Amino acid sequence: MTVTEDYIDASGGDWDDVIEKAQATSAERLVVNMGPQHPSTHGVLRLILTLDGETCTEARVAIGYLHTGIEKNMEFRTWTQGTTFVTRMDYLTPLFNETAYCLAVEKLLGVEDRIPDRASVIRVMMMELNRMASHFVAMATFGMELGATTVMTNGFREREMILDVFELVTGLRMNHAYVRPGGVAQDLPPGAVGKVRELLKEMPERIKVMRKLLDENPVYLARTKDVAYLNLPGCMALGVTGPLLRASGLAYDLRKAKPYCGYEGYEFDVPVSDGGDVYARYRVRIAEMEESLKIIEQCLDKLAPGPVMIEDAKIGWPAKLALGPDGMGNSPDHIAHIMSSSMEALIHHFKLVTEGFRVPAGQAYTAVESAKGELGCYAVSDGGTRPYRVHFRDPSFTHLQAVAAMCEGGTVADVIAAVASIDPVMGGVDR
Amino acid sequence: MSTDNERERDEEAARLPDRMGEERLAAPIKRTGMFGTGTSGDTSGFGLLQVRGSAPVSSQRPFTDPDDPRTADFDRVADDLEAALGDSAGAVERVEVSHGEITFHVLREALPELARVLRDDPALRYELCLGVTGVHFPDREGRELHAVYQFRSITHNSEIRVTTTCPDTDRHIPSIVAVYPTNDWHEREAWDFFGIVFDGHPALTRIQMPDDWHGHPQRKDYPLGGIPVEYRGATVPPPDQRRSYT
Repeated sequence: MTVTEDYIDASGGDWDDVIEKAQATSAERLVVNMGPQHPSTHGVLRLILTLDGETCTEARVAIGYLHTGIEKNMEFRTWTQGTTFVTRMDYLTPLFNETAYCLAVEKLLGVEDRIPDRASVIRVMMMELNRMASHFVAMATFGMELGATTVMTNGFREREMILDVFELVTGLRMNHAYVRPGGVAQDLPPGAVGKVRELLKEMPERIKVMRKLLDENPVYLARTKDVAYLNLPGCMALGVTGPLLRASGLAYDLRKAKPYCGYEGYEFDVPVSDGGDVYARYRVRIAEMEESLKIIEQCLDKLAPGPVMIEDAKIGWPAKLALGPDGMGNSPDHIAHIMSSSMEALIHHFKLVTEGFRVPAGQAYTAVESAKGELGCYAVSDGGTRPYRVHFRDPSFTHLQAVAAMCEGGTVADVIAAVASIDPVMGGVDR
Repeated sequence: MSTDNERERDEEAARLPDRMGEERLAAPIKRTGMFGTGTSGDTSGFGLLQVRGSAPVSSQRPFTDPDDPRTADFDRVADDLEAALGDSAGAVERVEVSHGEITFHVLREALPELARVLRDDPALRYELCLGVTGVHFPDREGRELHAVYQFRSITHNSEIRVTTTCPDTDRHIPSIVAVYPTNDWHEREAWDFFGIVFDGHPALTRIQMPDDWHGHPQRKDYPLGGIPVEYRGATVPPPDQRRSYT
């Protein structure tokens, strides 16, 4: 703890000491370290706040506490293994990470037009389910940070329904590595469509309950209306995209502006609000979930039987998975095939799985509209079996720069609301 | 008229097969042998095979390919950019069109002016900068470090990439934070990971690595690290020491 005439730096130490010192000196400003271990900072985000009484006069953001070197690690694995890494970046939007990465690899391979329709439809369906799951967590954690535990329990309960679908389809609740260059890891298992239909029937009611709980709730309104305001020029200058941008009045959505995975064939609206505050962001998110339901419904109608992996023996992943008694795992049929009936299949499997495929030299950038904003993937290949460089433009990373613009001059309580409304996930920010 | 003819003849000569062969042989060797691995013997008879990397692509006009809708506005963008840059249009060294994307390779001195033009010129209006990232090419002498910027125009629904380079011995690139404030953290990240100094950045400090870290981890001369893992008597080497295929 440092005490000067001007400020008290309360980084570490006992609060009683801080109060005692504050009473003894004439210093009026208090520098508080919030995080990196703090329940309301969505992981290991560190905020350095200068407080003048209740007012936050300066907000600085420090990141890097969850840097895991994913981009560097990917340079030492095959292109397919990359999906296993990227899915762990923003762990609340794994399927967006995977899709952005796979679209970049497919662009470098020049096979975008040969991705089977069924694979694209499954990708869209999974991404939209993921969008809802991510938005539910955004609302749930927001509620919890403001002290509304019902919002939290409801949000996580609804998300669980989506995670059940993920578990059935991919075998895992998170970290799926389901979307692969060339398609998806395996087809929908029996019962998956029924489970999604069940979700589609149940979910509108659940969203309605959420809306009833929050839309007109006076306490919620008091904490969110006109809080953490960011207008459109501010968004543009700071590179803010996604729900935050749409809550500032610009209906910009990559799914409409630069469609990928066949989004041009779906009918949906882009929710927009011109409030520019925390409440507007909530309204945009909850309206987006309703639009996602529409898209998922159209996905189910579009699902025609067919392959889910590119029909190119040089690229398509040869291994198969199957649903066993303990969940998704190795397919006994595939193993029997390569181990005891076909030497060529074994060689083929071995070559693609250990060596991987070569990607022609070049660079590509692809972007998807993740639940948080524009998630971009810039991939460089030198013609080898491993990425030469992969970089992710994570929306949360960019958005956290806006914390100062949103918080300075507001009260310290609104800092929590501001950070929560950005919905950052440090796994994606730090990569 | 005669200069036109001469230029045409030069361009014609540049496309001759023997010239292309020379270029091909000047490119660095990326892979030898049939299987791209050196840890086991090659009995295929292709052990002397050499695969060379590709020379930098320099696309010629027209940039718009009528068969590829993704390239529809590339000629317009290139024209508008040239017009907006005026006298400094020479700063664009080459233009690369591939995978339905357009990349302008520019001299680093011209970057702030280019950024300002991209944002402010009504014909361009690239409101969003999607950040900058580095790429390290240790074998490209004099331009080892690349800084890659992605710009997006919402007004014209257009997307371009701008690349600039700096030698490893003089790692300086002008900052464009004054024009695109969003690049603040992105430039700090590129400094942290590649050691590119963005001149004019308000506070160029490390962002992902600790403040007292040595080295810039995303550079190719920085090792991945890792330790061998023993499991049931067998040892698995760290990822950068395992058998690899180029």
